[in-house]
Amino acid sequence: MFDTRDKSILITGGSRGLGRALALKLSAEGARVVLVARETLSLDRTIAEIRRAGGSAFAIAADVGDKEAIYPIVGQAAALAGPIDVLINNASSLGPVPLRLLADTDCEDFERVLAVNTIGPFRLIKAVAGSMALRQSGLVVNISSDAAVEAYSGWGVYSASKAALDHLTRIAAVEFAGTGVRFLSVDPGELDTQMHADAMPDADPATLKRPEMAAEEIFSIIRSADEIESGARLIASERGVLRC
Amino acid sequence: MLAAREPRNDELAVRLLVLDELGLHDSAIELLHEYLRPGDLLVVNDAATIPASLHGRDRSGNPLEVRLTLQLDERTWRAVLFGAGDWRIATEERPRPPRLRAGDEISFSEDFKASVVRESGLSGRLLDLEFNVGGAQLWRGIYALGRPVQYSYMKSELDLWSVQNVYGGRPWAVEMPSAGHAFNWRLLLSLREHGVQIASLTHGAGLSSTGDPEIDRDLPMAERFEIPAATMQAVEETRARGGRVIAVGTSVVRALESYGNELVGLTELKIGAGYRLKKVDGLITGTHEVSESHYQLLRAFVSDSTLARISAFVEGHNYLTHEFGDLCLISAEC
Repeated sequence: MFDTRDKSILITGGSRGLGRALALKLSAEGARVVLVARETLSLDRTIAEIRRAGGSAFAIAADVGDKEAIYPIVGQAAALAGPIDVLINNASSLGPVPLRLLADTDCEDFERVLAVNTIGPFRLIKAVAGSMALRQSGLVVNISSDAAVEAYSGWGVYSASKAALDHLTRIAAVEFAGTGVRFLSVDPGELDTQMHADAMPDADPATLKRPEMAAEEIFSIIRSADEIESGARLIASERGVLRC
Repeated sequence: MLAAREPRNDELAVRLLVLDELGLHDSAIELLHEYLRPGDLLVVNDAATIPASLHGRDRSGNPLEVRLTLQLDERTWRAVLFGAGDWRIATEERPRPPRLRAGDEISFSEDFKASVVRESGLSGRLLDLEFNVGGAQLWRGIYALGRPVQYSYMKSELDLWSVQNVYGGRPWAVEMPSAGHAFNWRLLLSLREHGVQIASLTHGAGLSSTGDPEIDRDLPMAERFEIPAATMQAVEETRARGGRVIAVGTSVVRALESYGNELVGLTELKIGAGYRLKKVDGLITGTHEVSESHYQLLRAFVSDSTLARISAFVEGHNYLTHEFGDLCLISAEC
């Protein structure tokens, strides 16, 4: 059983939605969480909420899509919370909303989505996985989506970025096999978040999963990560973990 | 010697001078496994490199550069001052910084400042500075305003990506533990396949040169280290069964040789000619100028006549020197 107590956990996109819910859950379970987000107001609010509850949390205002932000993120996180034990690549960009058909999407918008959703996680993995391997222990959780597998009209660039992230997870798992560093992709399900509302403004929130519920499910996955094959793509579900 | 003037993207092509009982060999880091034996232990320094160079002004508006070298407590760092100018000027040719005394303030930005706590007895340029913020705010300031320590022989300014080793973790080093620059994961995994064990420690590598003769004569300064219990156990077990402990970089030698009974500490150990090595059997290191403290450390491994042969060899074979240069594997002469 993977114990999150006293672990240093870096969560990108940590100020709102699923990232915030994960930060609250993991800090309540004894982890020192470091949250990265671009927007400082909601970031500071989440940090204050965790500290009020007696948890340990640190904020880093940064954009994971910016290459020059990577070592400042990882360096500050390790200085404040200790060498990173768990990296949760949760920050995501949909690109311009309302969502556009692929043929109507600007090349620069696609590049920006890839920078946040795929290359940002790659750079963070580059910056933390080596230290994890020397310590023979570490976990990287890449937050994916069913859009990585299904072809939904209008979701093209987001889908492609998440499909690439899933495969990055698999390749990293193969290359780091035997080092003690594990990689998982997790589809949290359709969540009642601002991002989902931006993408599908007509969706009924009552039909969507609460981020807190998804955080509980992902916490269960993290706890049992040692028993899950590295590189697996999982669907977080209240009925337990589904693999696909 | 020829300086390596830019970061290498051909890590595995980095040349390796091997000194063993058979003599000197010209090889490449990619072939390191041929010179190590199953059961040998390679120990690396996993300190990540911080952007330790901060530009600021004193109260009179004089420009200066602060290079951090050792964190003393939450807000206080030991640091070396440099005068006006930038990295393109060799450190020994930089103008002297303004003379600062206890209580004087240095401003790096409107809300990021430090004041002089005390001068060292060694030099007016070596100071303890207390920042106006601590904890997360201090680290935010360092990462927002700092740049990596630069070298005048480089072609262009180094960014933070260029001064990290692939296994860097905690940001303790103020200059890159540079012997690790050629170790990519392909090399580390292949060594492991050949039965070489790999262990790590964290050593806050300090400044390698300041251009101030008083300070440079006293290098290396005090540095902090932390050795995981598992690493020290691996060192003892390796030596007990006749394997060799090979340090990647002089900082690893200093940390391991500083071990008394404490795994965590601050070391002022100076290693040089006549020093009897207790934990380390070999060293992978860059090529160094005779005047550098790194070079002095090599005198604990081999005789001065052997060092002279090494120097002649690297000159004769056009090895590249400095942080991104070629490497040597030196086994300690008995």
